[in-house]
Amino acid sequence: MAGGRSQTEKNFLRMAFVEKTALEDSSAGMSEATAGDFFALLKPRVMSLVVFTAFVGLMAAPVAVNPFIAITAILSIAIGAGASGALNMWYDADIDRLMKRTVGRPVPSGRVKPGEALAFGLVLSVLSVMTLGVFVDWLAASLLAFTIFFYAVVYTMWLKRSTPQNIVIGGAAGAFPPIIGWATATGSVSLEPIVLFLIIFLWTPPHFWALALFKADEYGRAGIPMMPNVAGIASTRRQIFAYSVVVALVGVLPWVLGYVGMGYGVVAAALGAGFVFYAWQVLRMADADPVMRPAKMLFAYSLLYLFAVFAAYLADKVIERALAMPGV
Amino acid sequence: MELETVKPTETQLRARRNRSVAIALALGAFVLVVYVVSIVRLGPAVIERSF
Repeated sequence: MAGGRSQTEKNFLRMAFVEKTALEDSSAGMSEATAGDFFALLKPRVMSLVVFTAFVGLMAAPVAVNPFIAITAILSIAIGAGASGALNMWYDADIDRLMKRTVGRPVPSGRVKPGEALAFGLVLSVLSVMTLGVFVDWLAASLLAFTIFFYAVVYTMWLKRSTPQNIVIGGAAGAFPPIIGWATATGSVSLEPIVLFLIIFLWTPPHFWALALFKADEYGRAGIPMMPNVAGIASTRRQIFAYSVVVALVGVLPWVLGYVGMGYGVVAAALGAGFVFYAWQVLRMADADPVMRPAKMLFAYSLLYLFAVFAAYLADKVIERALAMPGV
Repeated sequence: MELETVKPTETQLRARRNRSVAIALALGAFVLVVYVVSIVRLGPAVIERSF
């Protein structure tokens, strides 16, 4: 055809250009993510706490569970918790990119594409809830589904960026595992697992606010309204101390209510006294302290506290059961 | 005319193999869980059902 290309030729060239662009676009190429990157999306350290507290809830229940069913239940709860972590990392990639603590996560570092993280989180959420429901108990599965929703939607998408009470209310998501564990064994919920829920729920604010104190700059850069950035350091220190006193008191509540023996009561009281001591150090800390060592100490101690209190609870239950066995 | 196709890099191929192995192991573990839990839940009834 004289005077230029035909319409067919133009269309062909346009298509070729689009395909070339697609081939050169690295984000459209094959993924370089390894299995380890996907495992990191599950927040394994948070998952370990979830597994442990759910296991204590399951063991505290006055019903014996077949070991295989118990393993399936714990595995489902762990994967459900991990799935909510993956959804959190998918949604928060923009702010994770701005903080030193989180910039190395799989999505902001570019190792895993956002769509992959979203699909991974959704598939594992459905799989974990269905597995728990079909093989173990539907009440437990419903609670797991609610926990995933609460963490991924209520906390991550709504509270985290809108209020300094984000981790106070959002802490409920991390506190549910003992109730789910209890429900897998009994098919119901009673006051005892609710007390375990309360311990984790009230422990969350002093734990995260201690972190927020010495990471205030990073949270500020990312625009997350953590308590020190909104209410100031002095107010946060006071609130940390108040919550710590309440945690220490609620920590001994299972013994007061007769769920566990005096051994647990003594351990929980001692651990609670330690919690209040470190919180007191934070309360006395200067606002302008550049290192904030007391806050770092409280953050580290709070992790130890939660593991130790639940370990003492588990030990008390196991010993009680062993002593109740015939011939002992 | 030779068809132009996507040629994965060495890193991409290694990562794909790593993911494939992990998916295989996860699926194997899931099958095992389903099998064991079915036996535990149904017990001898697993072979005594009337169809």
